[in-house]
Amino acid sequence: MHVSVDTTLCIGSGQCALALPEVFDQDETDGLVVLLDAKPPRELHDDVDEAVNRCPVQAIATTAT
Amino acid sequence: MSAEPVPAHPTGRGRPFDPPQELMEWQAREPLQRMRYPDEHVGWVVTSHELARAMLTDARFSARSEFKRAPVHRPGTEPFFGVPAAPGWLVDMDPPEHTRLRQQLAGQFTARRMRELRPRLTGIVDELLSAMERGGPGTDLVEAFALPLASQVICELLGVPSGDRAEFQRNSRILFNLTSTAADTSAALDRLYATMQDIAAGGGEPGETSGLLQALTEDGTLDTEEIAGVGVLLLTAGHDSTTGSLGLSVFALLSHPDELARLTADPSIVDNAVEELLRYLTVFHFGVPRTPLEDLEFAGRQLRAGDSITVSLSAANRDPRWFQDEADRLDLTRRTTGHVAFGYGIHQCLGQNLVRMEMRTALPALFQRFPTLSLAVPAENVPLSTDMSVYGVHRLPVVW
Ligand code: HEM
Ligand code: SF4
Repeated sequence: MHVSVDTTLCIGSGQCALALPEVFDQDETDGLVVLLDAKPPRELHDDVDEAVNRCPVQAIATTAT
Repeated sequence: MSAEPVPAHPTGRGRPFDPPQELMEWQAREPLQRMRYPDEHVGWVVTSHELARAMLTDARFSARSEFKRAPVHRPGTEPFFGVPAAPGWLVDMDPPEHTRLRQQLAGQFTARRMRELRPRLTGIVDELLSAMERGGPGTDLVEAFALPLASQVICELLGVPSGDRAEFQRNSRILFNLTSTAADTSAALDRLYATMQDIAAGGGEPGETSGLLQALTEDGTLDTEEIAGVGVLLLTAGHDSTTGSLGLSVFALLSHPDELARLTADPSIVDNAVEELLRYLTVFHFGVPRTPLEDLEFAGRQLRAGDSITVSLSAANRDPRWFQDEADRLDLTRRTTGHVAFGYGIHQCLGQNLVRMEMRTALPALFQRFPTLSLAVPAENVPLSTDMSVYGVHRLPVVW
């Protein structure tokens, strides 16, 4: 799985960073998403999918690799 | 053409935790349908989960307050609707004004920061529970717990100096009290603005208290008026909603003893339990307002520029097409992903992770301290704020 984020869409809701701090963080100045791990280990894939579904502005995308 | 009268937004509830039945009938029949507003304007209401999310992520729908109408007449909302957004009130703005303010504030509400608040929240909760214990064995849980918790947290977050807090809390109480007169409310609002402006302008002992208002002042991007506006917005958006959610959650758990027993037996389910309570109770029960700024087609209907639309979050959160497993049942371990209790799209609640931390801390601690907590009055005598913009309990008499 490959994860990408679009900071032009992100509104800093923090849903991804709350749900999965291993993969997502937020910038301390504007709250926008910071991707920590673009290739998370398999055991986190379900949680990444969950973050994708929770994002209120569809700023997180995944592709199979 | 049938001349069936266009209905108004319902307010009556058959059961305290369920949205008005009409909303659910509309959802099943016509999830985007016409609705009459208090000023006789004929606009629309959205009741399905699918259309609610579609509308709240569609940039053609504006959140500007000039075009907003409250679906139910509520004294006290007049100063905010039908006029341009007050400085700092991002909830009433569209991009790019909204974006600028949101990015200024979101850095103060990151998940990391909200997680770091946890020990402080635990401290406040424990103090309140100890005070309850000393005064026991019974109290009004709103007055003794939900309200002071919400109020103290927002004061600390904003950075209201301790010397100003009593006055600040007195004014917020007037602002949120149903029985306050319009004159009292507006005077209280003026005083709150003045306090925020003082803090933003650097009043108080330097370094004594540091919160969001001081951080915004130091940053220097927003002017004093905007910072004061942000302060009042956060107070307005966060005070009643948090108090209401806490009070109503305790009421709902006491009314669903099997679900409460699951939570007390296994506190590790609390994160999901809080999401489910937020979904099930949806305290923003009059939804969120949006307006198309041009004539357009949406979901097969022709909408006109200026039509008021209410997106019903309570109905969307009970949509059986999304929450398939008996959407009307409180089930603390159901899959809650996609609930819209905090809205959806670019305006989704800025304070959501603060609320999550407060509820995750408060609910388990309350039931741990008072394992025998129960209602002190019959459930049907608990006074509900069905006519307020945020749903909740006015009082929750409990004993232990
Ligand atoms: C259970 C408690 C709460 C609920 C249910 C709630 C719900 C909501 C909803 C539904 C919206 C979207 C409004 C719209 O789309 O027009 C919203 C926005 C907002 N909320 Fe909350 N809220 C809660 C607590 C808080 C708290 C504690 C704060 C601040 C400390 C807060 C600050 C805000 C702000 C600033 C916005 C506007 C965001 C924007 O326009 O980008 N809320 N909230
Ligand atoms: S969930 Fe979406 S909007 Fe929220 S911080 Fe993550 S990427 Fe940004």
